[in-house]
Amino acid sequence: MKAFSDLLDQLYFTSGNNAKAAIIKEYLRSTPDPDRGWAIAAIAGTLKFDFFKRNTVKTLMLERIDPELFAMSYDYVGEMSETVAHLWPDSQATQTDSIPRLADIVEEFQNASRQTAGKLLSGYLDLLDASQRWALIKLGTRGLRVGVSARSMKQILASYGNVDIEDIESLWHGVAPPYTELLAWLEGKAEKPDISGEVTFHPVMLSHPIDDQTLEQITVNDWQVEYKYDGIRVQLVCTEKGKALFSRTGDDISQAFPDVLEGISGDGVVDGELLIMHGKDVDSFNALQQRLNRKKPPAKLIKSLPAGLILYDILRNGDTDVTQSALTERRQILSQWIAGQQCSHLHLSQTLNLTDAASLRKKHEQASDDVAVEGLMLKRKDSRYVPGRPKGQWYKWKRDPKLVDAVIMYAQRGHGKRSSYYSDFTFGAWQDDKLLPIGKAYSGFTDEELKKLDNWVRRNAVGRFGPVREVKKELVIEVAFDAVHPSPRHKSGIALRFPRFHRIRWDKPAAEADTLETIKALIHSTD
Amino acid sequence: MHPRDWMRVNDTGLYCEPADAYIDPMVPVTRAIITHGHADHARAGHDHVYATPTTLKIMTTRYGEEMAREQTALDYRQSVTLGDDKDPVTVTFYPAGHIAGSAQALIEYRGARLVISGDYKRRPDPTCEPFEVVPCDVFITEATFGLPVFTHPPIDQEIQKLLHSQQVFPDRCHVVGTYALGKCQRVILALRDAGYTRPLYLHGALIRLCDLYQELGVALGPLVAVSEVENKQDLAGEIILAPPSALADRWSRSLPKVRTVMASGWMQIRARARQRQAELPLIISDHCDWPELLQTLEEVNAPEVWVTHGREDALIYQAEKMGFNARALSLLGYEEEDDSSE
Ligand SMILES: [Zn+2]
Ligand SMILES: [Zn+2]
Repeated sequence: MKAFSDLLDQLYFTSGNNAKAAIIKEYLRSTPDPDRGWAIAAIAGTLKFDFFKRNTVKTLMLERIDPELFAMSYDYVGEMSETVAHLWPDSQATQTDSIPRLADIVEEFQNASRQTAGKLLSGYLDLLDASQRWALIKLGTRGLRVGVSARSMKQILASYGNVDIEDIESLWHGVAPPYTELLAWLEGKAEKPDISGEVTFHPVMLSHPIDDQTLEQITVNDWQVEYKYDGIRVQLVCTEKGKALFSRTGDDISQAFPDVLEGISGDGVVDGELLIMHGKDVDSFNALQQRLNRKKPPAKLIKSLPAGLILYDILRNGDTDVTQSALTERRQILSQWIAGQQCSHLHLSQTLNLTDAASLRKKHEQASDDVAVEGLMLKRKDSRYVPGRPKGQWYKWKRDPKLVDAVIMYAQRGHGKRSSYYSDFTFGAWQDDKLLPIGKAYSGFTDEELKKLDNWVRRNAVGRFGPVREVKKELVIEVAFDAVHPSPRHKSGIALRFPRFHRIRWDKPAAEADTLETIKALIHSTD
Repeated sequence: MHPRDWMRVNDTGLYCEPADAYIDPMVPVTRAIITHGHADHARAGHDHVYATPTTLKIMTTRYGEEMAREQTALDYRQSVTLGDDKDPVTVTFYPAGHIAGSAQALIEYRGARLVISGDYKRRPDPTCEPFEVVPCDVFITEATFGLPVFTHPPIDQEIQKLLHSQQVFPDRCHVVGTYALGKCQRVILALRDAGYTRPLYLHGALIRLCDLYQELGVALGPLVAVSEVENKQDLAGEIILAPPSALADRWSRSLPKVRTVMASGWMQIRARARQRQAELPLIISDHCDWPELLQTLEEVNAPEVWVTHGREDALIYQAEKMGFNARALSLLGYEEEDDSSE
């Protein structure tokens, strides 16, 4: 644990990617398995659950200190984990050889129940010094912020083993902490881990919002046009070893949707939209939300709101990787693959036969007639399946009003009957790797959603500026608005007209929210 | 007679009326009792200064021979009487363990004993005599680190962090921001204790005081002025000490691949360390941490405690819980000296 907390301390204060990489590589060289693998997991965010709740930490602390002194200390330090790390009574008996190993800590917490986690935590805190306590609390609540993203962690691993970053990317979802095999391979002590038969998530291909200029330029014949359904993007993976349904972030959501997986067999990796479907009829996103809320849905709910997949792509057919084939070919393969399944929950995405710009525009206008449809997808017929967001290949053309995916940055309490809720939100869009505020919204959500938002803000606040709470940059909202105007008064250079919540994207990673550039491109199309 | 009837706080500082003397005054006065040589306690231009011999040397080093019209050197435990012969005030210095020459001032008047501890700490420090417990009726304590979050780790542990960083970044110049008086010399000694024998490089502002410490018998090992290094690229991988202010100014630009190190008790608070843009914060303090403050209150065991200089609220709250009479003594003008740049 000492090596781990030293590592975090160094990363926390050191600026510059190269320096951070040097520190991590030195740590990997000098730290044994399985500790170092858990450290990688902690930094890259691949630990699957919280070891304990933040509130448990606070409760344990208050059993050990005068509440007045705690309040004064918290006020000065401004952050819970650090306050507790400093305030926890140092046991005189702390000796180097009694410091627990990182791997032991992780294992013990993995086996602990909610009831025993608190006792386990206080026992460990007694054995550690202040830096180590901070590291443990941050690790256990998965609140590490040391300025190393999952992507940079992969780059560092690639450089550590002198291999290609793409190799790490392709392996990443097939290997698990504490990454013993992966590290052995990187150090030349073992073969590359074989994950071909594993049930793992494959990085997905994403689209860009379309702008007017692109719309004018495209030759409709070169593009496959489909409806963009208002569901969630999923990946269905099936191998000899098993099958699973993954969300777009790689979370395994199989247990929540047993009905979809039931009839699936044989090898394949397919890409599509998860929806509530009554036969061929697609239900609203709200209906889907009810299923998403339940990690293990009761049979009754599955029956009343059956899930279905509208599939639009295939990455793997049997044991053949088909990502290098053109979209039109993949579509044929996908169609056969679906035909080979005995599963009524699978549907092939319908392509719209359009030949000219006028019919495309007309289709887009009509798209809003169906509540389950939120626009059109345009994909180049010759596009290969490229993970990430390659330029000029896939576009989404959302129906009006204008919608963007933005990230909540700050929250403030409302007025009147909302004064006890955080109900006024400032949201931002990406510019390079920074978020810039682009507007504020305080309507468009239900009372139920307001409660959830308020709760989220309280749990994810990271700073305070008077009445304003800064929150973790993690929650994406779909903001609806009527127009964008250039505005030199705002740092972002734009102002949104009548922004309001359209939908809360609990499922969407913040990194995939829209860029400022994308939103600026909407300026002309709306004026 | 209770000290509250003969001690006053005014704009100039803490004033002892029957002795007509100020303790660590902010501006030039007729008679000044100086606890130690830090700039916010020891200023130039007083008519008559009472201090320990080492403190007087420090003041002379900093301000020149003309730093005061008249000086009285008082060894530890040696007394002087001030004021009216028939109604005298007795002043005696005791070691405070803060920096070389630092003293607590015991002031006795009409049967009452008041101890002004100045700045002090309880950790072993090879550059000065350890703090001595002096029984008294009223004890004035600083509260620079007066919150229970402050517990300073052992100095050798912090020095190891610096040496480890030097290993990980063998080509980077480690510039350590330290207060010129006391902290700087302590860091040097701790490096020597850790077996570091290579020359240490000094910013110009630190040289005279290091020389003085050596004269006082504190062996600091090989020291080289940065200005004497012709090719600054030769400093790659070396350890340089500099006042904190120099870390951010142009001086450091000529140095190769600087890694910013800060040695200060404040570095314990992450936000504070980040604010100072320390890449490697070392928690090294010349003040008491919270447990040492409480230990001292207990050992001195004065029925009344006046708290100044820092986070008074928490210490007063705690002192009252411990059964002492405690109140804040609002002195203005003292800097959080670990943070000031000299
Ligand atoms: Zn001082
Ligand atoms: Zn001071």
